[in-house]
Amino acid sequence: MSSMRTGAQIIWESLVREGVDTVFGYPGGAILPAYDAMLDYPVRHVLVRHEQGATHMADGYARASGKVGVAIATSGPGATNMVTGIATAMLDSSPIVCITGQVGSKLVGSDAFQETDVTGVTLPITKHNYLVSHVEDIAPVIHEAMYVAKSGRPGPVLVDITKDAQQSSTELQWDPSCVRLPGYRPDLSPSDEEYQRAADLINGSKRPVLLAGHGVLLSDAMGLVRKLVEKADIPVAMTLLGIGGFPALHPLNLGMMGMHGEAWVNQAIQEADLLLAFGMRFDDRVTGNVKTYAPNARKIHVDIDPAELNKNVKVDVAMAGDLSMVLESLLSRVETGRRLPWLSSIFEMKGNVAVRDIQNLPDSGHLYAAHVINDIWRLTDGKAIVVTDVGQHQMWEAQYYHHEEPRTLITSGGLGTMGFALPAAIGAKLACPDKEVWVIAGDGGFQMTMAELATIAQEKLKINVAIINNGYLGMVRQWQEFFYERRYAATPLLSPDFAKLAQCFGLRGETVETRAAVVPTVEAARADDGTVVIDFKVEQEDTVYPMVPAGADLQDMIRRPSMAPIVETADDE
Amino acid sequence: MVEYSPMRHTFVVYVEDKPGVLNRIASLFRRRAFNIESLTVGHTETAGVSRMTILVESDTHGARRLEANLYKLVNVLRVHDITSGPAVYRELAMIKVSTESADTRTHVMQLVDVFRARVVDVAPVSVIIETTGTEDKIDGLLEVLRPYGILELVRTGRVGMVRGSESVMVEPPEPPRSRSTTPTDDESVSYSV
Repeated sequence: MSSMRTGAQIIWESLVREGVDTVFGYPGGAILPAYDAMLDYPVRHVLVRHEQGATHMADGYARASGKVGVAIATSGPGATNMVTGIATAMLDSSPIVCITGQVGSKLVGSDAFQETDVTGVTLPITKHNYLVSHVEDIAPVIHEAMYVAKSGRPGPVLVDITKDAQQSSTELQWDPSCVRLPGYRPDLSPSDEEYQRAADLINGSKRPVLLAGHGVLLSDAMGLVRKLVEKADIPVAMTLLGIGGFPALHPLNLGMMGMHGEAWVNQAIQEADLLLAFGMRFDDRVTGNVKTYAPNARKIHVDIDPAELNKNVKVDVAMAGDLSMVLESLLSRVETGRRLPWLSSIFEMKGNVAVRDIQNLPDSGHLYAAHVINDIWRLTDGKAIVVTDVGQHQMWEAQYYHHEEPRTLITSGGLGTMGFALPAAIGAKLACPDKEVWVIAGDGGFQMTMAELATIAQEKLKINVAIINNGYLGMVRQWQEFFYERRYAATPLLSPDFAKLAQCFGLRGETVETRAAVVPTVEAARADDGTVVIDFKVEQEDTVYPMVPAGADLQDMIRRPSMAPIVETADDE
Repeated sequence: MVEYSPMRHTFVVYVEDKPGVLNRIASLFRRRAFNIESLTVGHTETAGVSRMTILVESDTHGARRLEANLYKLVNVLRVHDITSGPAVYRELAMIKVSTESADTRTHVMQLVDVFRARVVDVAPVSVIIETTGTEDKIDGLLEVLRPYGILELVRTGRVGMVRGSESVMVEPPEPPRSRSTTPTDDESVSYSV
């Protein structure tokens, strides 16, 4: 049998050999040869409604499964529509490979129909990208692209393939061992001396806090982090993307840090004498004012990307390497110890949590997002994959849905991409078909990509969608409330009847306006075989507390005023 | 606190000789808000490897960040900040100077001798001077030539090499992938979109 293949066939043969069984895409002129060949390969193609959706789906697929997500689109507008999804994956270190068609190589540079310099456009927002115009290069480039996307600090890789390269034929030579990347070093490791200095700092510290970031999940270091902190009695604070990296109900878990982190978490960081920053990058949303950030703390920073070390915050020990590998070596050097005075002082900062538990509050007739999210958490035992959009609901999710397992919160952290939730949830569901998947989105972000409801219907997926509908672009409104004298410019938002909208797509739709209806509606949605969209009409001008204003000192947070609706006492009516 | 130490850093950067690599480097400097003072690029002793000398204004903290970010580019093979050690720096300049009279030409030729530069072209009313040296030397020559009227100037930007036998070794890159067929001439291929 001849081993001659067209470039289009090689694309699929390479992807299948890389273990890809699902791709998200949208056909078009320059990628048509690839689409034609696709029918002969065992790949599930999910037809999206907009190429941005394809990239978010690939991203959601990658985050839920740990595998590389693959998106495919045509040249020009198909490819440029992917830009937002690629940038999202870039800032959150999510491994995706985007394959785009390009006009024929003889037309490249001639402003041909649907021609865009996509490798140029995506250069600063990809980990690496390729323009392939020779059929022989397709297989090795796809192999390299998958490897680059997944290894080291993961990220998006784009492969732009000219139409003639797809149509030409060559002998397929698949060599999975061959990666020609002489300058690529994903496998750095710290020196012995750095290990010793880190261990000495840990063993000598009295008030340490471990800051767990997305790297804990990406490196599958959950178990090792837990071993370390249980051995040395170190409390753990998480970044937004680190949520799930440490069990929420573990006694050493503090919760989320940063702009909307609980006060005691940030206070513990400010009072710490040692920070162990693992797989996080001291983002400005986490540090507040870096000049006053954790002023008394020595800092150990472990990150696989050396460019993150000493970037935002100067640290005492900078260790470049894979977190799991570093922890394997570090664990034995760390002494078993108890840090009761420190833990009890954090416990005091925390105060009595029960009085703040919103479940203990009587029903005041108002429907609050926090209640909705907290009820979804209770009813799903904290085990669902929750995919959020960006804004107030995202912060409430982080505060009121307690994730016990890794890869169960999927959210756009670094780029803060509205419209992320619905498509990313589709990707997550396809990656984990046996898992319960919830979308939690605001009324604003949901409308950005709600056309993907049609994709859900066409693919017959079961996803539960909770729209936290407050009639505002809530987080922007909140900033206007605090920092722009309540001048609500362009934040009031008219939305369609989401329940009816869902029905138009052939899905079930529900509307919830009272707290009493939350639990039965959520339970009914879970029991339903199909996708259910629930429009939760929540309090309009509710605010996410606490909040550290951008650039302010971490301890200077805006707290919930005592008279505001969800007060920290139980006698609210 | 990172202390502020304004300084110029010279990087020697080995990169794979592939299309678009210069763009990736330039894009990185732009994106991370570093200002390139000069950038030169050319072949090296190893086929398939290009060498850049990049002069950039940055404090030490910024230079470390830049080095780390350069390494993130997949096509970058080796980054060497040669600022602190002993190194030889050179720049080449060609200067077209107005010589309206025979008299001025003689004066200009004398200056050229003093600066150990060379005249590489003589026209009735102008000469082209070629000079190689440090930026300071070239600046000095330009200063004394300026009164005669500089008609045109081109400078290559700095190249640099570390002194002594130490060499910034680079693994030779893999040979380029063989291309057995010439796909673009394939009759069956259509170029319409």
